[in-house]
Amino acid sequence: MSQGVLAKNPSVLTFLAVLGLFTLGVTLMSEWAGTEIVSTSLVKTLGKTLCLALVAVAMDLVWGYTGILSLGHFAFFGLGGYMIGMWLMYERTHGIVVSSLAEAPIPPTEAEVVAAIGNQIFGVVGSSEFPPIWAFADSLALQLVLVVLVPGILAFVFGWLAFRSRVTGVYLSILTQAMTLALALYLFQNDSGLRGNNGLSGLQNLPGLDHVPQSSISIWFFWASAGALALGYVLSAWIVSGKFGSVIRGIRDNEARVRFLGYPVETYKLFVFTVTAMVAGIAGALYYPQAGIINPAEIAPIASIYLAVWVAIGGRGRLYGAVIGAFFVSLVSSWFTGGQAPDVNLGLYTIKWVDWWLVLLGLSFVAVTLLAPKGIGGLVDLWTGRLAPDRHGADLGPDAGSLREAEAEQ
Amino acid sequence: MSTLLEVSGVSVTFDGFKAINNLSFAIADAEMRAIIGPNGAGKTTFMDIVTGKTRPDEGRILWGDANISLLGLSEARIAREGIGRKFQKPTVFEDQTVRENLLMALRNARGPLQVLFYRPRREDLDRVHELSGEIGLLDALDRKSGELSHGQKQWLEIGMLLAQEPRLLLVDEPAAGMTPAEREHTTALLVEAAKSRAVVVIEHDMEFVRRLGCKVTVLHEGAVLAEGSLDHVTANQEVIDVYLGR
Repeated sequence: MSQGVLAKNPSVLTFLAVLGLFTLGVTLMSEWAGTEIVSTSLVKTLGKTLCLALVAVAMDLVWGYTGILSLGHFAFFGLGGYMIGMWLMYERTHGIVVSSLAEAPIPPTEAEVVAAIGNQIFGVVGSSEFPPIWAFADSLALQLVLVVLVPGILAFVFGWLAFRSRVTGVYLSILTQAMTLALALYLFQNDSGLRGNNGLSGLQNLPGLDHVPQSSISIWFFWASAGALALGYVLSAWIVSGKFGSVIRGIRDNEARVRFLGYPVETYKLFVFTVTAMVAGIAGALYYPQAGIINPAEIAPIASIYLAVWVAIGGRGRLYGAVIGAFFVSLVSSWFTGGQAPDVNLGLYTIKWVDWWLVLLGLSFVAVTLLAPKGIGGLVDLWTGRLAPDRHGADLGPDAGSLREAEAEQ
Repeated sequence: MSTLLEVSGVSVTFDGFKAINNLSFAIADAEMRAIIGPNGAGKTTFMDIVTGKTRPDEGRILWGDANISLLGLSEARIAREGIGRKFQKPTVFEDQTVRENLLMALRNARGPLQVLFYRPRREDLDRVHELSGEIGLLDALDRKSGELSHGQKQWLEIGMLLAQEPRLLLVDEPAAGMTPAEREHTTALLVEAAKSRAVVVIEHDMEFVRRLGCKVTVLHEGAVLAEGSLDHVTANQEVIDVYLGR
């Protein structure tokens, strides 16, 4: 199965090789290996960027290949983070509570321990009761299942309602924005059961591994993120390589025609939407332990729009384009907003990039959309000399055959 | 010959305009039929109704030996029942190769999971080979269909229709924009197709209709004005008045 995919897509092998070299290089230069060329915080940034690249690949699958401009996939990313965050927070608080109660003269009962954990976690929102959604928080296995299941079910229900009513194009984009906004507003409430705007914190500390330094934990997560990106990339390449890829690209280019070929278009959209939401959930579950904190601001509508910007700038409709876009834009963004970019003194006015970065990003997005719709990934075409047929929708008369031959020769 | 498709008493109104008015139409297995009529006569709307794109306000549409009703079925379901449609403007997937276009159209399972795990079998590839020979695109199998000329795109679309193995083919203006030689090829393709299935052709060009040599239905203001051989309907005074005479 995968052999055929690799043979048909040499770019997959190239990508895996580059990713492998990158992972090896960062590992060897990390604090963990003792060389300390790459700091632990930079390892975390790169690990997080790998997760962003994974969610960008998912976005490319749903937008670049299927043509559904979802502006809500960061909601699924955030939900994945919340699901793993619940276990991390519960287990770690459990450890702290048990060790502090161990000094008490009477050994605590199980109920007392749970109550103390509840008090610790929910004290900030003025509660101490565990809401029902925390029912499985003590089980890593169940929360890991929820990482996939919760985004999957939300995407399935939302997609079923939207696609069945044949909501398409910009209307669907607006609906997905509404979904992510509604979810963020709900989570901002203190009684949502997920600590309101405090979010879940301390996620960088793995329960029971207090003795392990962050330099090791960061490199573990870096490897896991690289592995998840590799798997997600190969899975996506497999999905888009065969007839399924033909059908979804057909849906992107001419939905009605696919319908008249007998394909249930809505089922296909729902399938892609749900699977990519699950991949986004996994990416989020790897991202937030590296970030250390998740709060509802993470799933604000703007986050999902950024995701679309990455994919557009990187080049949609090709998987490596999404990865390039996520890496390029998010790293450049942290360079500009981190205060490292030198200010530009224009005499009358000094451009501070912290304020002006968003303007620059917006302009580049517009420029890419208008001038280079293939994005950064389009540069690869220049290099490999691939030429796309440039006559979409233009019906050339039968006599234009000679021109066509000339184009094919190139 | 048994009736394959029976449309009876169908009407549809768009914003007060009666596009189809109490239309009845029947076609048998392995029959070729041409539908002619002036602009706005409801020819394309008729196809929209049969393929499920437009829902009629009233009337019945019965299909096949079991006489199932097509009303209320989705477009995809109707296509799977065996009704193939070719649009006026050639609509092929321009970003994909001729081979991919044909493989997608081949009569195989249409569900997402079956398609996800689908790998072309020997007979599928043979069929694609054979079809591309019939439509004269054997050398272009690995070319992106967006590179094809207008006439080649039309043939590719006809090839995709044949690959679907429909029992009824609905073809909207197949010869538009073609050279005389290309028209001849198209006529041959359609006549060949009609040997094993029903074919309905919408066409403006009377010369093309004459070459098809089949029964003709004349539509006017959403209803059937006349039906019969081409000579019969062209001799009809009403037809001359509303269509030919102008």
